[in-house]
Amino acid sequence: MTGLLERPPGRLAGRTPVRLGPFSGVWRPRVIAVTLTGLALLVLVAAVNIGRGDFPISLAEVLAVLVGGGDEAQQFIVLELRLPRTLTGILVGAALGLSGAITQAIARNPLASPDILGVTAGASATAAAVIVLGGGNGVITGLLSAAGLPVAALLGGLFTAALVYALSFRRGIEGYRLVLVGVGVGAVAMAITSWLLVVAEVYQAAQATVWLTGSLNARGWEHVVPVGFALVVLVPVALLLAFVLGGLQFGDDTARGLGLNLNRSRGALILVAVALAAVATASAGPIAFVALVVPQICQRLVGSSRPPLLASAVHGALLTVGADLIARTALGTELPVGIVTAVLGAPYLLHLLARRNRGVTA
Amino acid sequence: MTTATATPAGAGLPGAPAGQRGAVALRRRRRLVILGLLALLAVAALASLAVGAKPIPLPVVWDAIFFPTGTEDGIVVRSLRMPRTVLGIGVGIALGVAGALMQGHTRNPLADPGLLGVSAGAAFLVVIGIYALGVTSLFGYVWFAFAGALAASVLVFVLGSLGRGGPTPVTLALAGVAVSALLTALTSALVLADTNTLDAFRFWAVGSVAGRDAGTVVQVAPFLGLGLLLAAVNAPGLNLLALGEDIARGLGQPVQLTRWVGLIAITLLTGAAVAACGPIGFVGLVVPHVARSLTGPDHRWLLPASGLAGAVLLLAADVIGRVLVRPAELQVGIVLALVGAPFFIALVRRRRPASL
Amino acid sequence: MTTPRLEARDLQLGYGDHVIVDGLNLDVLDGTVTAVIGPNGCGKSTLLRALARLMPTRRGHVLLDGRRIDRTPTREVAKVLGVLPQNPIAPEGLTVADLVARGRHPHQAWYRQWSSDDEDVVAEALSWTGMDQFAERTVDALSGGQRQRVWISMALAQGTDVLLLDEPTTFLDLAHQVEVLDLVERLHTEAGRTVVMVLHDLNLAARYAKRLVAMRGGKVVADGPPDQVLTEDMLRTVFDLDAQIVLDPVAGTPLVVPIGRRHRALEVVAADAG
Repeated sequence: MTGLLERPPGRLAGRTPVRLGPFSGVWRPRVIAVTLTGLALLVLVAAVNIGRGDFPISLAEVLAVLVGGGDEAQQFIVLELRLPRTLTGILVGAALGLSGAITQAIARNPLASPDILGVTAGASATAAAVIVLGGGNGVITGLLSAAGLPVAALLGGLFTAALVYALSFRRGIEGYRLVLVGVGVGAVAMAITSWLLVVAEVYQAAQATVWLTGSLNARGWEHVVPVGFALVVLVPVALLLAFVLGGLQFGDDTARGLGLNLNRSRGALILVAVALAAVATASAGPIAFVALVVPQICQRLVGSSRPPLLASAVHGALLTVGADLIARTALGTELPVGIVTAVLGAPYLLHLLARRNRGVTA
Repeated sequence: MTTATATPAGAGLPGAPAGQRGAVALRRRRRLVILGLLALLAVAALASLAVGAKPIPLPVVWDAIFFPTGTEDGIVVRSLRMPRTVLGIGVGIALGVAGALMQGHTRNPLADPGLLGVSAGAAFLVVIGIYALGVTSLFGYVWFAFAGALAASVLVFVLGSLGRGGPTPVTLALAGVAVSALLTALTSALVLADTNTLDAFRFWAVGSVAGRDAGTVVQVAPFLGLGLLLAAVNAPGLNLLALGEDIARGLGQPVQLTRWVGLIAITLLTGAAVAACGPIGFVGLVVPHVARSLTGPDHRWLLPASGLAGAVLLLAADVIGRVLVRPAELQVGIVLALVGAPFFIALVRRRRPASL
Repeated sequence: MTTPRLEARDLQLGYGDHVIVDGLNLDVLDGTVTAVIGPNGCGKSTLLRALARLMPTRRGHVLLDGRRIDRTPTREVAKVLGVLPQNPIAPEGLTVADLVARGRHPHQAWYRQWSSDDEDVVAEALSWTGMDQFAERTVDALSGGQRQRVWISMALAQGTDVLLLDEPTTFLDLAHQVEVLDLVERLHTEAGRTVVMVLHDLNLAARYAKRLVAMRGGKVVADGPPDQVLTEDMLRTVFDLDAQIVLDPVAGTPLVVPIGRRHRALEVVAADAG
């Protein structure tokens, strides 16, 4: 571009640089503020969630236990019961928020969620099969229940997503075909689920319904470790891949003109989003609306053109743990967290709708 | 397909003859499609009367319908299989027509009547009926389900019409998603609170035409009839809307009125269907695609073809469900997904679904 | 100067079973402004998309600086060749500065997303199109002409020697069309860019391009300087249009004056009377 210059370039409004050696980026104070505020709230809500319950523990005592103090009962309740449950909620919520943010950015559609690939439906059918047929006669269900419910659900979710992808592959992937095939495969999985609910004993059906609503009841360290491990691997991959998201938001021709390999970048991002959603669903069941609503909220808080990834992860965790706190303590009985996220998320979706309508007519 | 949609009104313009020939061929094909579907429906209905835990030969079926003598087979046919078959036909037609209307109004090939919150609303009130009022008969569910379906779709319309833009397909779909999710969550909360409710609800929620008697048919028939009438009235207007709202308005079509008539028809049809049989998915989504590939996008042909194809599919799925795990039965909702989905996927893979 | 920057060799292009361009050859020399003209559906946009490696070729290939474009890594291509597609879509809520900054994508990496080079080039691209004052506005809030200038800024920010523009003047009023094409001319004269653009307006094409390529039925039927290509015969064969060619009183380039049905009839009457 040298030679074009007529006057020295000034700083660009709204794009203050941050540079350090070979690293450079744009200083976005609102992104940082939203992320940090979310993080602070998350710590607070998580601490309250650990403290509240049949056996109340004060915030100070919770902190004392976490750094190695507290009496034996407190240690047991915090470290063996409430901390792993809360951590599962944090990790699952973060995975869902991140997965939703990636999917919505690629699909350029605020209503897209990883569910369109059948992850949730597949995981649900498999989980229902394990609960209802559990250890039963069939070879496959026997193997799946031996592997444990979360692993079985994970495999079911990933298998279904792979099936949808494979069935919609025909000289490349077309978004439209992918969605329609996803609907078809999802319908089969849901039919299997409802059949299982009908043939089950009532107590099994109740157990399956709890799982199908999304719940953090009785989640222990065995749930924390796999999700944690998955996030340690997938979050950095997602943040690296996020570099191409800006280009992918344009139409296909513009993105290709910018030197993006569309199939490869989209494929990799979808894979990450599906893996995150599958891991989250396997651990806590399909928790409604987190993947759908959180990225939209964060995009508005930050004021950007696409959902911010890290902020979506943090706020996904915040919403999930906050909803679990309400689910555990609000009504006396313990509700599945998915009911609370749906009751909180649905009105927000309606609010978005009303605002968008006004925007159109204004 | 697109070139063959020349309407008779276009015949006076120069250069029409080629299009006219195409239009004649299309008209003949549409007639054949309707006749073919009627024949298929007759076969499916006979199968539905004859096949079951106890197979009954066709001559006996014939005698039982027209010369009832009170034999055991005759009673099975008249009191069990006939209402079930009639209901299957009615509900299949309703779902097929409602699906075609829904896709026409939203111009979205993925739109399903369930999007308006109908199924979720019906489910919620059925659960309330079971939980709070102790209703446990299929006969009793019908009114709860119908009321829930109507209430939910009214709520969706109101929320979808917020702001001055009035209801648009997109806002309706969004409102439908939100309302459905909310009601589904509340339904789950109720069934989890009470095992007996769950036990009764899960059999309703799977979607079935089994165990319905003539009373159920009579209960929902008026709503089905009214819905079909409104759908028929709606077809020409919908054809204009397919050209875009501005063009429809320019051609003198009252757009909002057309939308409301269509929405009321969809609500009546799906509400009656879900009241009678529980939530049955897939018919409303898949059948219009198949019908559209046979008749083209003209709703005056698409709606009847879609209704007939819906009835054929529903009856066929019901018969298959009776044969597959005899002497037990697989509910029609499950069979529909298991049989319909692979077919649907094959259709999607073969080509883009005919455009709307 | 004599080796072409961009070459099309024996191209066959199409969608599905439909062949749109067949057996097409074209050389684009360095530092030239070329306008592709032709009736609707003649394959000019398809050709441009193929030149920009946005669609695969059925047969033949496109060479960029002598290298097959489909075998060159797409990021490498993006540093040399920029493209402005027809009706590009901007994500909702994106600011002008952010959009133009995305043109720097081929020069960035995940750790280097806003280097001082990036900043200079983006600021420069914005001031070139006069959009620097709107840097903080969102793209949806701009008028059609401003939006088109933003997209051109983005193509400029990409910093490529070769620019392919697909109907850069659609939806613009005449004043804005002239403004955009003035910009193209400056790119050529002041920055030595090579530009290939698809244009509908023959008179503007004749005025701003040094070379016109006329297409019909997927083939090049005339190719050369405007005064050789824009002839009454060419307009009849390529566009089925009866027209007279006069001299543009401002630029001295050919100016097309279409005749139309009514005046054709009058001409005949006049001839009879005479």
